[in-house]
Amino acid sequence: MTGPRKVVIIGYGMAGARLADEIRRRDRDAERVELTVLGEEPHRAYNRVLLSSVLAGSLRTDAVTLHRADWAAGHSVDLRLDTSVHRIDRERREVLLDGGEAVGYDALVLATGSRPLIPPTDGLLAEDGTPAPGVLTFRTLDDCERILAGLRPGAPVAVLGGGLLGLEAARGLAGRGSRVTVVHPVGHLMERQLDPAGGGVLARRLGELGIEFKLNTKAMRYLPGDGLKLDDGGHVPAELVVVSAGVRPETALASTAGIDVDGGIVVDTALRTSDSRVHAIGDCARFPGTPAGLVQPAWEQAAVLADLLTGTDVSARYRGTPVVTRLKARDVDVASLGEVHTAADDPEAEVLCLTDPTRGHYVKLVIRDERVAGAIVLGAPDAAASVTQFYDRGMPVPADRLALLLGRSLPMASASASPADLPASAVICRCNSVSKGQLVNAWLQGARGVSGLAEATRASTGCGGCRDVVDGLASWLVNTA
Amino acid sequence: MTTTERTPVAAPATSAPHQPAGGVNTHCPYCALQCGMTVTGKQVAPREFPTNRGGLCQKGWTSGALLDSAARLTTPLMRTGGQLRPASWDTALDHVAAKITGIQREYGPDGVAVFGGGGLTNEKAYLLGKFARVALRTSQVDYNGRFCMSSAAAAGMRAFGLDRGLPFPVTDLDEADAVLLVGANPAETMPPFMRHLDPSGLIVIDPRRTATAEQASLHLQPAPGTDLALALGILHSVVADGFLDQSYVDERTAGFEDVWRIVARWWPEHVERVTGVSAAEQRRAGAMLATARNAYLLTGRGTEQHATGADTVTAWINLALALGLPGRRGSGFGCITGQGNGQGGREHGQKADQLPGYRKIDDPAAREHVAGVWGVHPADLPGPGRSAYELLDALGEQAGPRGLLVFGSNVVVSAPHSAHVTDRLDALDMLVVADIVLSETAQRADVVLPITQWAEEEGTLTNLEGRILHRRRALAPPDGVRTDLEVLHALAGLLGQPPERFPSDPETVFAELGAASAGGPADYSGVNYPRLRAGEALHWPVPAGSDGTPRMFLDRFAHPDGRARFVPVEHVGPAESPDDDYPLRATTGRVLAHYQSGAQTRLVSELMRAVPESFVEVHPDTAARAGLCDGARATVASRRGTVCVTVRCVPSMRPDVLFLPFHFPGEQSANLLTNPALDPTSRMPEFKVCAARLEAA
Repeated sequence: MTGPRKVVIIGYGMAGARLADEIRRRDRDAERVELTVLGEEPHRAYNRVLLSSVLAGSLRTDAVTLHRADWAAGHSVDLRLDTSVHRIDRERREVLLDGGEAVGYDALVLATGSRPLIPPTDGLLAEDGTPAPGVLTFRTLDDCERILAGLRPGAPVAVLGGGLLGLEAARGLAGRGSRVTVVHPVGHLMERQLDPAGGGVLARRLGELGIEFKLNTKAMRYLPGDGLKLDDGGHVPAELVVVSAGVRPETALASTAGIDVDGGIVVDTALRTSDSRVHAIGDCARFPGTPAGLVQPAWEQAAVLADLLTGTDVSARYRGTPVVTRLKARDVDVASLGEVHTAADDPEAEVLCLTDPTRGHYVKLVIRDERVAGAIVLGAPDAAASVTQFYDRGMPVPADRLALLLGRSLPMASASASPADLPASAVICRCNSVSKGQLVNAWLQGARGVSGLAEATRASTGCGGCRDVVDGLASWLVNTA
Repeated sequence: MTTTERTPVAAPATSAPHQPAGGVNTHCPYCALQCGMTVTGKQVAPREFPTNRGGLCQKGWTSGALLDSAARLTTPLMRTGGQLRPASWDTALDHVAAKITGIQREYGPDGVAVFGGGGLTNEKAYLLGKFARVALRTSQVDYNGRFCMSSAAAAGMRAFGLDRGLPFPVTDLDEADAVLLVGANPAETMPPFMRHLDPSGLIVIDPRRTATAEQASLHLQPAPGTDLALALGILHSVVADGFLDQSYVDERTAGFEDVWRIVARWWPEHVERVTGVSAAEQRRAGAMLATARNAYLLTGRGTEQHATGADTVTAWINLALALGLPGRRGSGFGCITGQGNGQGGREHGQKADQLPGYRKIDDPAAREHVAGVWGVHPADLPGPGRSAYELLDALGEQAGPRGLLVFGSNVVVSAPHSAHVTDRLDALDMLVVADIVLSETAQRADVVLPITQWAEEEGTLTNLEGRILHRRRALAPPDGVRTDLEVLHALAGLLGQPPERFPSDPETVFAELGAASAGGPADYSGVNYPRLRAGEALHWPVPAGSDGTPRMFLDRFAHPDGRARFVPVEHVGPAESPDDDYPLRATTGRVLAHYQSGAQTRLVSELMRAVPESFVEVHPDTAARAGLCDGARATVASRRGTVCVTVRCVPSMRPDVLFLPFHFPGEQSANLLTNPALDPTSRMPEFKVCAARLEAA
């Protein structure tokens, strides 16, 4: 190929921005790739993962921007914000913008993300198909700002959907003083990531933080200014309804262009669609076994695709991402990974469970072939971290399964055990390699008190940390000898 | 403590004739804490001094044994017929000078290289650098401090415009509510340092549950090589939890926005996956530091000795800046220097890119000043040379040095990928080693020069807090040995230098060092022996007439605009990854009973009884999977070499990590395994993580 390859990325969200970063990291001076990025929103790309922190009030909206204002110019990127794509002309290899302009490409990347689903509850949508007054989705920075603008301290808010994002929103809003009720059509929360017992422990924990739940219940009707009428006859007061009822991959451009779509734009290990010049990454893409809606797969796909598009590593392939789901909510710790619905009596797997709902603990481990195949870890951050390490690194699990279930080994007891119980070989002063036996001998030879024992053996003359133990030993010797 | 001025355990000391009653006050021969001690006869005892508060570890207590070790060299050795045989000083030095001249005639000035050490006194480090640049006119000079402090030094320079290990006195730590130690294990490496730390506010980051970690109230245990990500995660939590010190960031720093753009991508749950440290613990560490009235963040070799060491330290500095710690009285950022004179050793010109006073060798003004002091033309000073590992790697190669002079270093044991380094040493036309004993490096030399050691000579060192200390001579050296200064003086003379240009009297050398450093970042020109003998606490910079600088950066940082720099850094991970053949990660470190390559401590029978040999620490499950139990013999292999050591099962180890101390030679030498991948900025090798395999021996 002569001259740089013309790459056009449709979408300037987390996936598109990351791909642009990865391409420029490999091709700083735009020698191999001429890059155009088309963004639909008027904002620069921002970190969607942090929106729940913005909603919770811990981050300002300007803290989530991914790029500086001068990023595009400084990185030889033709960035066009507020730009909608009308359609893709695959024959002419052009992207046609809403304004009529055509942008040619050698390789096209769809990073169009996903769109929130609005449940078919009466009254949620206005006549023109947009959300009714008081109804807000939770997907974009604008959504976030609209929710914050509509909040009144102490006023009731309903969250439709008890999945990951819905619960993060609920926790953030409760933390800001709203009275939050989560309405969820399934019998337990986060049903994709949790089993019923785990969902129950989570609901109890969130309940302690002031969030109410209506589970196994659908909202039938929304009345602005009043709230939601439920299908079990109940009523949820709400000045604001935050909809977080799942997303749908944004595939319209692809399907209109005749590219294969099956619950997402279908891609292979080279992240190619059914048209080998068109790629897709992130939420809009469908790769077998990799769930959408999480950023980790998008980032890994961006790295692989950047290798391919810049020619840095033409053999790079995407093999899927083992997903670990973490709920980002203050004072609530949830991790879910791999297979979580395996029953405890599954003969093929080793399943361990620890339930302590009173204290908000629930740990379930699914072990196959000595490896972690799945886990749910609630309220046990240390266990979550170590279980994830075993899962991600494919390490054989410890022989002591309970240690894993309980988190890493607890801090060792300090040397406060009775001196009488220590063996003679126990090292009391590490700084000077002095054992209990040596201290006892020194005492027998006439050394008394900490200073006498120190003088005779040097114990406690290093870091000084064992002084209390030496003191205890001296008293014990006085009392027992 | 009541142990001061007493001499326990051993028989009554026989004082050397010139020793005053009660002994001679000096400092320990080992680490950078430079504990105050008294030498009486050949016995040592701790004394009250601010850094050690009257404490001393087993190494210090037993250091007197070095003074009458049977292994002590007292005559030069020359290799003839493949054997090292005794020779006279004249014969040995004449031979060295002739070889230097011959090699340089054939290969040019850079045909001969010099390798120094962080244990050398300021006077030796200074004169060695001058010897290289003036007598040898070689650019090929570096030192083992490259393996110690270089990453922290590079990061400190970048952030603050100047690097001093601790820019505040150690005793300031006493008042801290929170101290974060990253990759530092002072409970073993400098035990009396722990007297300054309050366990209730102590946070330790270390892949192992070290003796230090056991004393901490919070221990974060990341996978080796993931510290940078952990720093990003804690910084993220600091910002997200509302702890950013915005007014400090606005008034005293620059560059936060670009750092945040990276940190924003490293939220704690994401970092948890990379490091294994739970998001909750990251937040707790951030909150402990942020809510403390006084807080310090200190780094050690564990986080610095990586191919990304400079960036990793930078990430910790970024965290400290976000919390508003550096340059604020009662708080701060620092690096815990390792070797006895690791601080002074890096300031006086034995580093490939530096001239005395911590000046850059490629700065024309610096060259002119130093050349003026030395009485040579600036254009005659060589430029920057190879860094330590690159220098060792080039020995005997086509374009590399053919002769090497080693002072105060045992590279056969302490350099990474040590089998390769040994091969390079063996390829030299001439290897000269000056040492007190026949170290593993000296054993390969063509000429070995026996020299004095700490209590037998006078000199200054600069401790971990930048305080210049005077080490007195406590007793006469054995017959037949010379000081390093005398060796350099004699060699320079044989190479045609005027004798007064290389004085052998330490006080004279120190005065010249002061003049050479005047006006430089590490200015010693206001220091002199009488002030030090009088016990003045002088922390550099000490310009003429000044009382020194115990606390740096209180008003401004050393960049022209006075602001500290946030520098954006990204986590990339270790230079090599585990695979099916090498599924584990090995890391290296130290034990209390030994120091550096062990060349000194392995001579002390009491220390050898405490830790007689190397070992590999491993989780019991990992050992069992390899068919090993506690006490078994195992081989540990990396892509570069294999060691044979004893298994120690340690339940607190991460199951994917092996730990080996590096103090031992031969088949136990941990540096046979280590990865010489270098940091692009500091040229630090990756000592702290490599892919490895554990098997039954």
